[in-house]
Amino acid sequence: MDNILEMKNLSKHFGDFTAVKNVDFGVEEGGFFSILGSSGCGKTTLLRIIAGFQQESEGDVFIRGQSMKGIPPEKRPVNIVFQNLALFPMMNVRENVAFGLKRQKLKKADIDSKVNEMLERVGLNGYLNKKVTDLSGGQRQRVAIARSLVMNPSILLLDEPLGALDRKLREHMKVELKLLQKEIGTTFVYITHDQSEALVMSDKVAVMHAGQFEQIDTPRNLYKNPKTSFVAGFVGDANRFELQPKEGDSIITKGGWKLQKSDLNGTPEVLYIRPEALILNPSDRTEGVDHFEVTVKTILFDGSSTKLSTSVAEGDEELLISLPQNSQFDNIIEGRKLKVGVHRDDLKCF
Amino acid sequence: MKNRTGFNVTFYLLIVPVLIWLITLIVIPHAELFLSSFLVEDDLGDMIFSFGNYIQFFNQKIYWLTFVKTASYAIGVTILAFVIAFPIAFYLTKVTSKKNARFLILLLLIPLWVGELVTVYGWMILLGDNGIINHFLMFIGIINEPVNMLYTDFSMVVGLLYMSMIFMVIPVMSALESMDDSLIEAACDLGASKWAIFTKIIIPYSMPGITSGAIIVFMLVIGDYLAPNLLGGKSSLWFTEQIYNKFLSTFNWNEGAAFGFLLLMLSSGIIWIALKLSGQKLEKVGS
Repeated sequence: MDNILEMKNLSKHFGDFTAVKNVDFGVEEGGFFSILGSSGCGKTTLLRIIAGFQQESEGDVFIRGQSMKGIPPEKRPVNIVFQNLALFPMMNVRENVAFGLKRQKLKKADIDSKVNEMLERVGLNGYLNKKVTDLSGGQRQRVAIARSLVMNPSILLLDEPLGALDRKLREHMKVELKLLQKEIGTTFVYITHDQSEALVMSDKVAVMHAGQFEQIDTPRNLYKNPKTSFVAGFVGDANRFELQPKEGDSIITKGGWKLQKSDLNGTPEVLYIRPEALILNPSDRTEGVDHFEVTVKTILFDGSSTKLSTSVAEGDEELLISLPQNSQFDNIIEGRKLKVGVHRDDLKCF
Repeated sequence: MKNRTGFNVTFYLLIVPVLIWLITLIVIPHAELFLSSFLVEDDLGDMIFSFGNYIQFFNQKIYWLTFVKTASYAIGVTILAFVIAFPIAFYLTKVTSKKNARFLILLLLIPLWVGELVTVYGWMILLGDNGIINHFLMFIGIINEPVNMLYTDFSMVVGLLYMSMIFMVIPVMSALESMDDSLIEAACDLGASKWAIFTKIIIPYSMPGITSGAIIVFMLVIGDYLAPNLLGGKSSLWFTEQIYNKFLSTFNWNEGAAFGFLLLMLSSGIIWIALKLSGQKLEKVGS
């Protein structure tokens, strides 16, 4: 499939500071593409370059194969949903959504039917004449999305639009956004610092760090096979260990914990182990699983993501282990010694 | 907080000065003037109740013509003040840096520090036949002899604008300050031209500020005395000058009081009509 959005060697400098460095990627048509990164990594700058609010220092942006050099934001076939939504407070819901269409000088009847159709799609058909200041957070969200989507953009850019919502509503909007995107088929480019948003909604995620893309992959691959140390540490939870120079087939952490790992090339410096990759009370017969003993220090109860904070018996290291809340391990208390296993493939070295 | 007596003492300490201020300086003089505006001297020299002072205003053409002129000039000055002040307010809030803005606002406030009389004399020096502006225009050769600017409607409008403009700048600035820049970007993103952004987003958003600025400027200008008197010519008779004449030239305080109340009521009426026409509500203005 052709890429609807293409960035070629894109860079952006602010004085000495480089916000975006040699970004080079393409987004497939009809997909949900996320750019995930912590604040200050340059993702907002990148989005603003795509929208045309900021000029790239080097490189170029192509939309449907067409260079966007020198094309102002109002002429680009993209629309943006702002972080603070930027709804027009002096207008009601209908006027907000109709704003862009009115600028295109469409007939009033056309505008009305498009606005009604779009508001129905986002589930706001009864709110036409409400003031946007009277709406709830989720409803304002939908107005902002409807206002951009009604323009029928080639690409919809979303700048952390769920950031201001409370947790429950955010979980709900995640699912709703993904369904909406599937339904209308517009390409979404979504930027966020919240990895759960990126992983749940996206077809593809680009992890951005210090102005560069670390890895572009499916959410599952990012989680399962991180390509760089940063991605392994950033996506999902992970125990991180500094390594000593390796000895033969084993790796040794700085704290002196020794693990078997044969398929290594080069000299790894850090080891990541996901809390959920650790197996409590493993069976002796499973292939490729190494066993070791830990002592439980505390139980960090957090519902479905409850973890055990443990210290490894051999060596001076702390290890977080996921504790499934299915009553199987309810007997675990602080101070108890546990047998733990980990599959060699789940030891991620960089 | 439950100490009732304590609450009462504080409450009265705070409310009494306000009440004294309101009653002695505002309510009593106005009530006095209001009552005296209905008194007319009869043939025997006794004061009797009558609407005569008010009827006088409508019967004598010169009075209500002066008022119509004053009101229309005040409206014109208000519009001009908006036209000049809006770009200034926009520049100060959205274009220049905060540091620059603070300095420039200080410059705008300086005329207020020296008082209206001094600024009016300043304009007389600038606009006079031998003034700086005429000298400069003759020096660069645009004109051969001095243009008469002082003691005309032009110099009066300049003076009125100069003293009232800051009262348009400040409320518009505070309205614009609260406006998120992303609104402008969003409008731009939705395909709006610069003109559409200005007329559909920026102006409607700052409408409460514009309205309160317009009310202040209009009231200041329509009630001003110095600038029309000193800068205006013989033909630029201002309604406040009529009131002044009643009090201090013809010593007809009763008619002066009536004219004062007419000014208050008519100018309030104009503001009420303007609010209705522009769809603004007084409660929202300045919020």
